[in-house]
Amino acid sequence: MDSAPWSDPPVTYVPSTVTRSAKIVVAGGFGVGKTTLIGSVSEVKPLRMEEPITQASVGVDDLRGTPEKTTTTVAMDFGRIHMAGGRLALYLFGLPGQARFQPLWEDLTEGALGCLVLADTRDLDASHDALGLLETCGVPYAVAINAFPDAPSYPEAELREALALDPGTPLTVCDARDRTSSLHALITLTEYLSERRSAALLESRP
Amino acid sequence: MTGPRRDPDMVRPYVRTGGQVRARDDVRPESVVVAANAPTEGLSPDARRVMRLFAGAGGGLAVADIAAALELPPSTVRILVSSLMDSGHLAAPVAAAGHQPDFDLLQEVLRGLRSMV
Repeated sequence: MDSAPWSDPPVTYVPSTVTRSAKIVVAGGFGVGKTTLIGSVSEVKPLRMEEPITQASVGVDDLRGTPEKTTTTVAMDFGRIHMAGGRLALYLFGLPGQARFQPLWEDLTEGALGCLVLADTRDLDASHDALGLLETCGVPYAVAINAFPDAPSYPEAELREALALDPGTPLTVCDARDRTSSLHALITLTEYLSERRSAALLESRP
Repeated sequence: MTGPRRDPDMVRPYVRTGGQVRARDDVRPESVVVAANAPTEGLSPDARRVMRLFAGAGGGLAVADIAAALELPPSTVRILVSSLMDSGHLAAPVAAAGHQPDFDLLQEVLRGLRSMV
């Protein structure tokens, strides 16, 4: 395959009007629809970055007498939305929810406004790692059930219990393939983040 | 060793980063940078690749955009970009959100998202 000449880089530049950037993380288990949701709302073609992580294997017998290490490449897709008359670039990063990616999470969630956790009712357990990581990293979040056509639906109370959600944590349903539906899930998250922030501001007043 | 390591150095850059091993705190994947006018002689090959992305461009790129375009790990690009900012090759027109994102920023994002529906 021909590679693009260097004078024609495969990038979409951030407009020079942009003076500020922010990020929201979209987390969840493998195949839960993170990339689909990001692709639905992004104004540029979603891109992928890959981070190789090396970690000591835990619970694996070491036959060679040296510490066993494995390298995994973690792929993260991301998109971008321009807002506020082109002054603000909002980046959306998809982050795989496995607990073993914790060091990567700490790096990537730093400075995030918050996180939207996508869940699939056919495998709610797959969301537990992501929820645990968010608690560890102290990132506020909302949960959106990605309503796959063949996935069963449950009453909200049952879902909350299965996911062990705090009563204040928003829980919504979306179709990650649908732009408007995905935007509503992000709006639910951002409304929650604003309310939290405004409550914290009120509390800090003398 | 037992339990997960939390040492940030566990993610090792796979390319040379000019001896620099840590990224600046204000350089994150969503941080946007623009090219400043500085000669690129003497830069490492990877740093030159980063600078080449900005050739003729009328805009900025986030660390994540650079990582995707050059197929380099974001941790490596954070360090490269930090180093290029310190040397005056790149500049930040944008302050990435601080540790405590302020209320105004959240309101702006909320307005932006609502206007898209």
